[in-house]
Amino acid sequence: MRIFLLRLTAKMLPALPTLCAIAGALLMFVVFLALQGKPALEACQLIYVGAFGSGFAWENTLQRAAPLMLTALCVAIPARTGLIIIGGEGAVALGGLACAVIPMMLPAAFPATPALLLMATAALVAGGAWIALAGWLRQYRGVNETISSLLLAYIALALFNHMVEGPLRHPESLNKPSTPPLPEEYLIGSLPGLDVHWGLFWGVLACIAMYVLVRHGVFGFSMSVVGGNVRAARLVGLPVNRIVLMACLLGGGAAGLAGMMEVAAIHGSANSALLAGYGYSGILVAFAARHNPLAIIACALVIGGIESSGSLLQRRLDLPGATTLVLQGLLFINLLAWESLTGWLGVWRLRLLETTRNPNRAVHA
Amino acid sequence: MLNEVVPSAFDFGSLALALFAGAIRIGTPFLFVSLGECLTEKAGRVNLGLEGILVCGAMTGYAVSLQTGSPWIGVLGAGISGLVLGAFHGLVCSLRGVNDIAFGIALMVFGTGLAFYLGTPYIQPQAPTLPAFALGDWSTNSQLRNALEINVLFLVGVVLAGLLHWGMASTRWGLVLRLVGDHAETARALGYRLIPVRVTATAAGGFLAAVGGAYLSLYYPGSWNEGLSSGQGLMAVALVIFARWRPWRCLFAALLFGAAGALGPALQSLGITSGYYLFNAAPYVLTLVIMVITCRPDRTISGAPGELSLTR
Amino acid sequence: MSNFNRRKFLITTGAIALTSTLSFELAHAAGKKLIVGFLYVGPRDDFGYNQAHAHAASIIKKMPGIKMFDEEKVPETVAVQKSMEAMIRQDGASLIFPTSFGYFSPHVIKVAKKYPKVRFAHCGGLWTKGKHPMNVGSFFGYIEECQYLNGVVAGYMSKSKKLGFVAAKAIPQVLLNINAFTLGAQSVDPSITTRLIFTGDWSMPVKEAEAANSLIDQGVDVLTCHVDGPKVVVETAEKRGVMTCGYHVSQAKLAPKGYLTGAEWNWVTPYTTIVKAAQEGKPMINFLRGGLKDGFVKMSPYGASVSANAKAKADEIKNKMLAGKYPIFKGPLKDNKGKVIIPAGVIQEQTDIKLESMNYLVAGVMGQV
Repeated sequence: MRIFLLRLTAKMLPALPTLCAIAGALLMFVVFLALQGKPALEACQLIYVGAFGSGFAWENTLQRAAPLMLTALCVAIPARTGLIIIGGEGAVALGGLACAVIPMMLPAAFPATPALLLMATAALVAGGAWIALAGWLRQYRGVNETISSLLLAYIALALFNHMVEGPLRHPESLNKPSTPPLPEEYLIGSLPGLDVHWGLFWGVLACIAMYVLVRHGVFGFSMSVVGGNVRAARLVGLPVNRIVLMACLLGGGAAGLAGMMEVAAIHGSANSALLAGYGYSGILVAFAARHNPLAIIACALVIGGIESSGSLLQRRLDLPGATTLVLQGLLFINLLAWESLTGWLGVWRLRLLETTRNPNRAVHA
Repeated sequence: MLNEVVPSAFDFGSLALALFAGAIRIGTPFLFVSLGECLTEKAGRVNLGLEGILVCGAMTGYAVSLQTGSPWIGVLGAGISGLVLGAFHGLVCSLRGVNDIAFGIALMVFGTGLAFYLGTPYIQPQAPTLPAFALGDWSTNSQLRNALEINVLFLVGVVLAGLLHWGMASTRWGLVLRLVGDHAETARALGYRLIPVRVTATAAGGFLAAVGGAYLSLYYPGSWNEGLSSGQGLMAVALVIFARWRPWRCLFAALLFGAAGALGPALQSLGITSGYYLFNAAPYVLTLVIMVITCRPDRTISGAPGELSLTR
Repeated sequence: MSNFNRRKFLITTGAIALTSTLSFELAHAAGKKLIVGFLYVGPRDDFGYNQAHAHAASIIKKMPGIKMFDEEKVPETVAVQKSMEAMIRQDGASLIFPTSFGYFSPHVIKVAKKYPKVRFAHCGGLWTKGKHPMNVGSFFGYIEECQYLNGVVAGYMSKSKKLGFVAAKAIPQVLLNINAFTLGAQSVDPSITTRLIFTGDWSMPVKEAEAANSLIDQGVDVLTCHVDGPKVVVETAEKRGVMTCGYHVSQAKLAPKGYLTGAEWNWVTPYTTIVKAAQEGKPMINFLRGGLKDGFVKMSPYGASVSANAKAKADEIKNKMLAGKYPIFKGPLKDNKGKVIIPAGVIQEQTDIKLESMNYLVAGVMGQV
């Protein structure tokens, strides 16, 4: 029994930093609000109600989480090979644009399924190529990928705006410059029985697929080797450049797909409303999830939930719109800071396991 | 009628003057925040949170200036807010296993959120703003007069760039800073403690970034609102690479970036109004092109601190 | 009580034609207040577009029989759909004012179809019969009348005969304002030209300041703008001793010397009309437009520096507008490429819906769209 408990503790230990972080973030948030004489506990309760307190709240949260799962992959997958990409917003924009352009080139009454496949492919390629460009610049030109991906994102947004408000602008889009609207039958609908579009399904599926790839595939292992030690990877003959580019393609493709989902399921055409910062939120989600694709699903839900609750906080407590931003900031600060526990925990965990294996031997023998 | 509207010859003089004025006006916050980032990176850390610190500094500077009636106390208040947030970054990143780039992004969200949250009551009021030296009073050309209206913070920034350049190259603390950032093992072997040096450098970097923010809210454009920053804090990281971690070159990088930012509006005022998104992206394209030209895949960039996660 | 009401709303999903009367009965049978929700795209106190709405909303809040909720900084994404739904489901709102243009299609349309009992009064949209649901309405003001008057005053006051316009994007609403401002000034002196800078987005303070400076450098001596918050443009102009005409709300106190006058929204008028219709159970007003004479828009009081003859002329034109006898766009009118837009003798009335899809700049405006 004791051994079982010890084993259980050893298993649960890695979750400790996350629990501490959530507790720490909530505590700081409560103090922050209390210092201004705001009803802090009520605010926490409303955050729960607004995020997960009802079927509607869940739909709201899931809907907001869907694009974040895909944009987080844009950070997490390249991160497996040691690259820090922060320009996912550019891939979202170009993916959305590519998806909106395809129907303009198809003949009228082209069937929906192949059209959607083409749109998705275009979005994947556009987003993937843009991030792969950052990877290429790093591998072949030595340009730091964090900076280049950010610059490329700004450039992509400029291109997007230029195209949407210039050459690709639909004359009837009047005061909201947009590309021509997608034909009705190309629009992506809701999941059965839920008021959440199919983007959620694809987001979750992409995270699971990436998890399998990263944890169980040979390619995933090669990525980890490259991310762990480039020299070792080269020594064992891994095609480092190709692996890095592939990781960037996959990540960028995911962000491009997020752009496509937004266009085909929400906006119905590409316009500047697409640029709502999903790419940037994805960075936080990925880091909070420690680049683990399965954890991304959970972290995206938390961020989606916090954002859903913002509306209720404003209407019930008259808190400013930025309240949810403060909470997100606190959450990430805590998540990253408590990360340092992991090192200590590793030691404890080893000792615990040691004890379970050989209960009679002294721990420090 | 039509001929009166379209200028017969393109006014290059006017464009050049607009770029010169823009270099200083738009470049100054870039100067401060890139000097801050340079200092931080010289100690071996990257702080992407300077973006959040800059926004927080802009809000704090404006609020303090409004409350006290003195823009200079506002600048100081902004600096202190940046010092605190910078030290926070420095301390937390000294814990084992905390990634400085990731924490910077978290700090960016937090700083921005804090500034937006606390800054709501300051969007409306008008705070006293910083003075400028009118160096162009001798001229009758109003554009030239305005271009030569040099704000005091810019001059402070120029002096600071020189001082930091000299300090890093020729003083003991500069050597320690570089040693810590370049070769932590050696520094430790010589008996220097890494953490205090890094925390101090990051805190000082935060101070400078926040002063850059105060420039935005207290001089140009000279009022606080939520759209004030257009990513100056993030771009600082690019500018520092571009400046090869030399403070003196940060000045030129910032001026170049400022001039590129002025290109869009200047061209439009001369009648070229189509493609404005593309002109407005000029600073980013310029930075990327320069980085591609100057970086080499087979070696780290010259001048890069050895301990920097960014260049490894 | 609110639970009862909310359930009722969800249960009664009847024919669209009966919408308004039903919700009226509901609201009054329960002795309930009319619950109204407002959504703004930016911060409430931006000295501009959102403030104009938030200010009017705060007046509606004080009306008898009204309970008001509002939310700021709602992006034009799925977020606005969910916020509107949350107002309906969590607060029991039966009248929603989504105040940003970008909310209309697809967001308002989609949510309106889902909640046919709730009224959606959108600001700026172009509601079309047969295409859009009957529980949706769009309202807007002919602010270009005020921009024309701005232009008249600017035309009198300008010495350099060069005016400047800082604009966010090249969309019909903005082009309408640029053209009206220019035509107003040209009614004083046909040689007046307008220089134009697009910043690319609705709130770009550094770009706006740079744009104002660039325009002033080109000899412009009266500036106006169409961005979300004109504070930066007005303050920059004041610092450089240049005159300004305001937009959205009065910026007079930001520029005591140079503020001439300004084009202001008076959203209380359409808000009240729509709220009253809901309270009295009248059908949803699907298409509501109005100008100076309807009280949808108004002028800022003249600044101290405005000359007597400028005031006299502007007032004279304003009185004609108030009488509904002053169309702004009339032939002969050419665009700045020399093409005839309106032939001589043809008059495009203020109420002409075609004006809402303007895609040209009139002669005398420097720039291309």
